Amino acid sequence: MSSKTLKYILKRIAMAILTIWIVITVTFFVMRAVPGGPFLSEKAVSEAAQKALEAKYGMDKPLMVQYFTYLKDIVTKFDFGPSIKLRGRMVIDVIIDGMRTSVKLGVCAAAIALVFGVVLGAVAALRRNGFADKVIMVLTTAFISMPSFIIGSLMVLILSVKLGWFPANGETAKGLILPVIALSLSPMANITRLTRSSMLDVLGQDYIRTARAKGVPPMKIIFGHALKNSLIPVITYVGPMLAYIVTGSLVIEQVFAVPGIGRAFVSSITGRDYPLIMGTTIVLATLIVIMNLVSDILYKLVDPRINLE
Amino acid sequence: MKKNPLSLQVDMEDFLPATDAEKEYMVQMRPSTTFFKDGMKRLLRNKVATVSMIIIIVITLAAIIIPYFWPYSYDTMLGVRPGKPVDASFNNLAPFQYGKTELKRIEAGEKVFPHVFGTDSAGRDYFIRVVYGTRVSLGVGFFASLIVLVIGITMGSIAGYCGGKVDMFIMRLVDIIYSLPDTLMIILLASVMKVALGPVIDNNPVLNKLGSNMISLFIVFALLYWVSMARQIRGQILSLKEQEYVLAARSTGAKAGWIITKHLIPNCISVIIISTALQIPSAIFTESFLSYLGLGVNAPMPSLGSLASEALNGLTSYPYRMVIPAITISLIVLSLNLFGDGLRDAFDPKLKS
Repeated sequence: MSSKTLKYILKRIAMAILTIWIVITVTFFVMRAVPGGPFLSEKAVSEAAQKALEAKYGMDKPLMVQYFTYLKDIVTKFDFGPSIKLRGRMVIDVIIDGMRTSVKLGVCAAAIALVFGVVLGAVAALRRNGFADKVIMVLTTAFISMPSFIIGSLMVLILSVKLGWFPANGETAKGLILPVIALSLSPMANITRLTRSSMLDVLGQDYIRTARAKGVPPMKIIFGHALKNSLIPVITYVGPMLAYIVTGSLVIEQVFAVPGIGRAFVSSITGRDYPLIMGTTIVLATLIVIMNLVSDILYKLVDPRINLE
Repeated sequence: MKKNPLSLQVDMEDFLPATDAEKEYMVQMRPSTTFFKDGMKRLLRNKVATVSMIIIIVITLAAIIIPYFWPYSYDTMLGVRPGKPVDASFNNLAPFQYGKTELKRIEAGEKVFPHVFGTDSAGRDYFIRVVYGTRVSLGVGFFASLIVLVIGITMGSIAGYCGGKVDMFIMRLVDIIYSLPDTLMIILLASVMKVALGPVIDNNPVLNKLGSNMISLFIVFALLYWVSMARQIRGQILSLKEQEYVLAARSTGAKAGWIITKHLIPNCISVIIISTALQIPSAIFTESFLSYLGLGVNAPMPSLGSLASEALNGLTSYPYRMVIPAITISLIVLSLNLFGDGLRDAFDPKLKS
């Protein structure tokens, strides 16, 4: 690793930390700017009760003090405070609970998207303008143009309501099959197109011709030379893909009633559970920022020629 | 007359008036094509892009025109009439079926306009709701892109042209906004602005009609989505401003504003057209996503996302209510994407991958 690469990595890490800090700050002040505060509810609360609640959640102190306490608790203890609507539960527990299911969902979706995307993209590139290529391109174009909640709802409609093959409810292991597929289709389509175009690019390179001229068996050319090099651009997509999967799971978990962090987030919005909204936003945002960071660094390490500045 | 080859005496024959044959050379064989015409020609040769363009035009015209002559409106609950109990027979009608009072009128020989897609659970004509939803989705996509366009061009051209500290500052800002997870930030801002902007919007009749959610959506777009446009414009301007014609303009005393608006931005037009065209479907996507989460347009105004979201509750009994908005939104986004790709190929062949 050259010192230039190291400098780049350090700079990216600093940028990521800055971003996370901005997310925390924006989230905090935006939430505190809401008129009426988090205790604004349908029931009228007496002055004394309001004061007591504010004291309990530490909201009677000056804003900056609250901010630094919040920041300190997050950094040192991963403590996002108690949830307002879910009585007696800490925000971090709700998040960890949700994460158990969501991580399974997200990792499976990402794995499927990567494997099938690369395979389909390679097939499409090798059979350029052939039947398989055309079918793959039409399908991927369709998947890219459909919002994930539409794909999910149509899958519920056809596969569980009409045909009854899968449960529409995502609470069991079998019930996770449909949400995983619904979540993976759009990133898979993107990876397919990315692999196809970069594979076509690589197949036109001189070193492939050289390998062919030397009599290297076609399979070895495809796997040893072409595919390996055409995967480099795919690495850049891994970060955005994971971001897509994280946000996509917000609606997909809603559609399939998966008890994950996405559903907790959406219900915290409708229930105006401000500490929970803040906590989930910060955790999910941190996740996305870290994944983008890893994907960028990997890209730089795999191909140091690339200048990402 | 023989001349000394080194003589500097002017040869008068070079200054004779041109003959007719020589004048022919100057006649234009073919009118010169403009940038726009040339691009359109290439665009129309692309069948996929042309078909997508026609689909977009048809859908847009339908969404604008149909509500003017359709006998039902998107928020009228047909079963509800002043002074009478609610007529539940109008709720959840299947396509081409009629409510009780309408059946009586048909028996009496009257003609009743059919409910092409039936009605929803509150007895509202579903067809007109889909048309209105399409109108809202297209409108949001268009205006959000317009906002992004204006801010992106302004920031990008200032950063690119001024350079130095201004450029540094704007680009750091772009970097930071770029690395923020946009969807999460949108949800956060939309959910808060709905509450925060409430009183301001209620007092203003124009804003009130739009609804707090819609306005917060536009604000969020204005805050977060201009960055990629600004980046592209900046890159373009950085390379353009080194061109000789900019130097010429500057040396004749042109001011920065003039150079940017008259020389630089017109030359970025292909980048602008293409990224605007591709911004619209992404805005529609975001709007439908937010509507689906209940953070989109205010009820009773429908959007394609909120229609799909409402249909999820009655999915078993009324699957078509899910399928219709789903197909519409997919068709719109698909055509816009394909059209955008076509535009890119037509107006900037260099970018073609």
